[in-house]
Amino acid sequence: MPAAESYPDDLKYHPEHDWARIEGDEATLGVTWFAQDALGELVHYEAPAVGSTVAKDESYGEVESVKAVSDLVSPLSGEVLEANQKTVDEPETVNEDPYGEGWLIRVHMSDPAEVETLMDAEAYRAHVAEQ
Amino acid sequence: MEATLSRTPLFARHVALGARMVPFAGYEMPVQYEGVIAEHRAVRADCGAFDVSHMGELHVDGPTAEAFLQQMLSNDLGKVADGEAQYTLLTNQHGGIVDDLIAYRLGHGQYLLVVNASNRETVYGWLKEREPRGCEVRDTSDEYGLIAVQGPRSLDRLGLPEGAAFTHAMGELDGIEVMIGRTGYTGETGVELCCAEEDARTLWDSVIARGAVPCGLGARDTLRLEVCYPLHGNDITPDTDAISAGLGWACALDTKFTGAAALRQIRADGPARRLVPFVMEEKAVPRHGMPIGGGGEVTSGTHSPMLDRGIGMGYVPSGSASRDSELTIDVRGKPRRARVVRKPIYPQGEVS
Repeated sequence: MPAAESYPDDLKYHPEHDWARIEGDEATLGVTWFAQDALGELVHYEAPAVGSTVAKDESYGEVESVKAVSDLVSPLSGEVLEANQKTVDEPETVNEDPYGEGWLIRVHMSDPAEVETLMDAEAYRAHVAEQ
Repeated sequence: MEATLSRTPLFARHVALGARMVPFAGYEMPVQYEGVIAEHRAVRADCGAFDVSHMGELHVDGPTAEAFLQQMLSNDLGKVADGEAQYTLLTNQHGGIVDDLIAYRLGHGQYLLVVNASNRETVYGWLKEREPRGCEVRDTSDEYGLIAVQGPRSLDRLGLPEGAAFTHAMGELDGIEVMIGRTGYTGETGVELCCAEEDARTLWDSVIARGAVPCGLGARDTLRLEVCYPLHGNDITPDTDAISAGLGWACALDTKFTGAAALRQIRADGPARRLVPFVMEEKAVPRHGMPIGGGGEVTSGTHSPMLDRGIGMGYVPSGSASRDSELTIDVRGKPRRARVVRKPIYPQGEVS
């Protein structure tokens, strides 16, 4: 079942519809409810390799639905610590639980100050309302 | 400036059902309601309904209609009796495919052609320009609604008896007069119901009330690709000939239709490339336009909901076209392995 629309208050958001959960100098990344709804049911997640680096505002992978492919834009820079095997094996998990089981990668941030450039939930909700 | 999009008689129904609407062939059409995969599975397991009112209907009538169409269309129309229908191609002099369509014989000298929405004006213009004495071509598309009801339980749900594929008859469904064609684009048992434009909404409501799941263009595309039905504009075009496309079975090469000589030559020489179905051997979704190693190109690609893997069709050099040949698809710069398979990619009758 697809999840209901929500944008949790404890996350940071990138305008390209990606979220980050900050824990110390690590961050867990995923796509927002808005992104998964726009794409439809995901059928493929091309994950980055563990140990590779991701750069803020740049693509680190792809997700695909039956109809479309979308770049995953990293909200933060850092090194990939883990890619979520569950979303690789069952990409529909992103639709079912975009902020929980459907996370995409975990990174070690190389520049934690970048967090300050991201939107909070309230700003992101306003951003989505304009789409 | 963008041209204004047309709407089928069912537009408000789609919006009320929560469909995501997209522009397609000049129409605002539903791409999905609940989701492509759920809709796809509903058709494979039970019954789905598609609004295909955007498709074109052309009537060709008159004492010379049969001889005229026999000249224009690739298949042997002489084999089609009243109450029957035939898949056929409108070909150019090179054997290229101007459109693929279904010709219904309504009576002596009376034919209905159901053509692709995007080719409606082209086909009408093509035939009108060549229309001989004793025959009239009319574009009647706006007078009809067309609803495809497809799936193993479709006849059951509509209360219709079994019927041979590619036949048609007038009938009634919940008091609405319909032409029932035993045709479709999913590989499943089913019908296409043609009704007067003003009855389309009532007919749709009846079909949905009988348990058909509303299905959008997304599922229509994944369903047709699983059974290797070509999509005009992608897999077949005026620049691709019928033999290379594997549609020689729809060409009566011993008749004198436009392009027959060119097609006989291609068949005699053997085509340089062929349209083949393939499945991905690695996780990846092939897409239209992706290069295939060795000089080929993907013409249709998607994720198969039934096989849960990437599938597609594409043109490859004839040397790579045999079953089990390994292909390499260039997925945005990454080589991904695929294998040529037998048609259909998804064999019917295996739905649990």
